[in-house]
Amino acid sequence: MSQLKKDERKRVDLGKYSFDNGEQPGIKDLRQLSEEDRRQLTMAGMDISETQRSGSYLHVNHSKVHCKATQKGVEVLDIKEALDKYDGLPEYYWQAVDKDKDEFTRAAAEKIHGGYFIRTSKGAKIKHPVQSCLFIKGDNVGQNVHNIIIVEEDSELQVITGCTTSSNVVSALHLGISEFYIKKGGSLTFTMVHNWGREVMVRPRTVCIVEEDGVFVNNYIMMMPVSSLQSYPAVFLNGRGATGRFHSILVAPEGSHIDSGNKIVLNAPDTRGEIIARTITTGGTIIAPALIEGNAVPAKGHLECKGLILSKGIIHAIPELKGTVSGVELSHEAAVGKIAQQEIEYLMARGLDEEQATSTIVRGFMNVDIMGLPPELKASIDKTIEETEKDMF
Amino acid sequence: MLTIEDLYVKVGGKEILKGINLHIDEGENYILFGPNGSGKTSLLMTLMGFDGYDVVQGRIIFKGEDITHMSPFERARLGIGMSFQRPPTIQGLKTRDMVRLCAGGKEVDVDQLAQEVNFTGLLERDINAGFSGGEIKRSELLQLMAQRPSLVLFDEPESGVDLENMSLIGRITRSILDGPLEPRNGVSMKELKSRHQISGLIITHTGYILDYINADRGTVLYEGVLCCVARPRDILEHISKYGYKECVRCLS
Repeated sequence: MSQLKKDERKRVDLGKYSFDNGEQPGIKDLRQLSEEDRRQLTMAGMDISETQRSGSYLHVNHSKVHCKATQKGVEVLDIKEALDKYDGLPEYYWQAVDKDKDEFTRAAAEKIHGGYFIRTSKGAKIKHPVQSCLFIKGDNVGQNVHNIIIVEEDSELQVITGCTTSSNVVSALHLGISEFYIKKGGSLTFTMVHNWGREVMVRPRTVCIVEEDGVFVNNYIMMMPVSSLQSYPAVFLNGRGATGRFHSILVAPEGSHIDSGNKIVLNAPDTRGEIIARTITTGGTIIAPALIEGNAVPAKGHLECKGLILSKGIIHAIPELKGTVSGVELSHEAAVGKIAQQEIEYLMARGLDEEQATSTIVRGFMNVDIMGLPPELKASIDKTIEETEKDMF
Repeated sequence: MLTIEDLYVKVGGKEILKGINLHIDEGENYILFGPNGSGKTSLLMTLMGFDGYDVVQGRIIFKGEDITHMSPFERARLGIGMSFQRPPTIQGLKTRDMVRLCAGGKEVDVDQLAQEVNFTGLLERDINAGFSGGEIKRSELLQLMAQRPSLVLFDEPESGVDLENMSLIGRITRSILDGPLEPRNGVSMKELKSRHQISGLIITHTGYILDYINADRGTVLYEGVLCCVARPRDILEHISKYGYKECVRCLS
């Protein structure tokens, strides 16, 4: 069937992108950035004033330009400095993600441009989120970043990370390795906003390892156009009582090819995993695989994959459950459909016109509220929704 | 307020309403009786302007405007409100936000209204998600209180409601139709009444709602045709004694 051709992933030609000479001068204060750049960063969830943040990290093209921690109990460094300072981080660097996984991990291992290193102290409850932004300016930039987050025992951390490009970027490639380690009783809420451009290719590789009673919550919002994105972050719940949750909101306008999945592996008793994906296409393709694997008991996993095809486009939901021992409790619900006419009419009978009704239903479907985001991040997400809605209906 | 002239409606190619003529005055409460499948709900859906209810002949005039081919939201904005019998769940849309949407641009104290219909605990729930029969009714009334329509279409306000809820629902239905039940802020009842000229078209099977509201007139819809106009109590009595067939023959 010729239709299926649209489903094929776009190939990345690594040779097309420049991985050299993209170093940028550092800045002391994010307010020194141009108005245009500040706007892009804000849209990706950055608080330029940094008042409601415990730390910031900004990486532009091939280097760090801004990095600081403002609260005791959390360390924020550029990964290169961290590797120097901690003798190559042998316990963490390339320990969760396999260096030889594919051509992108190999490329990222070969030449590293930067990335954040965030570590809490034992028992530290970090009140405000640490924010980071991986920013691409200029054409045909290839960006390799390697991020490491370590949440030490009984500490709590929120990280907001935005990935974006300046509005005039035509073509770029982002390769991001992320390795997260949550120690016993630690908790990490990781919220990622992706605002790429129409010609940007994205290949992140993320693995999180959670020890006893640790909690990993991953929120992912991707609503702006992208050429091609392929990612499949995995969390391994290795300690008793550990919890993992993925919540994604994906929107694919025409021209976007998004292959974004999640994997949770329940490797210890009393672990719980949940995957929630809300996908909307307005002409693009979304492939949404999700896998929960239960290798210990008692363990529970649930995944929920819901897709809306607003006008045209492809949504391919692939929910998978794998149990390897007797007694695991895994379940899933998946649905791909359109907005029910009955719901639109219900709202119209209350005085909303068709566009308002549709938009209300779509916002409810995305259910951003469930992520419990900080208010100013929620506000910037709402603004992004508003902008994307213009193309939706 | 509302005039229906010689209305013929088809649903899925089948003629459901066959020449309806009906007039409801300002402030008048009109009761619609009829057996299952006689076209009562179809009439309400047609008045609200939903898809799939094709008017093949006739007109609907509301407040002097021909609304026969208007979209539901235009009718709602003109002042028609409807209480749904089986409203859909809208995921992620909190009842609180729904009530606010119903108010349009008007100021509305959602918590105050919710208190009146004993709904405070459910405001943060997604609209209609797992609501019981009584909860659906109260949620519909809550939305209408915020919307403040001048013609209210009630589809069986008593169905699926237990006795305890019935008195609350009856009371609230009456206050929507007749305005506040007590004088307040130094305004006399007479003044309140004259300001509150809400009309109602109410479908009932059991007639329980008649214990709570002042129904002015009633009519029976039978196989798509309105058969008679009489006092609602009389109609109810005839139906319960002799059934619809006999009722239609006797009263027409």
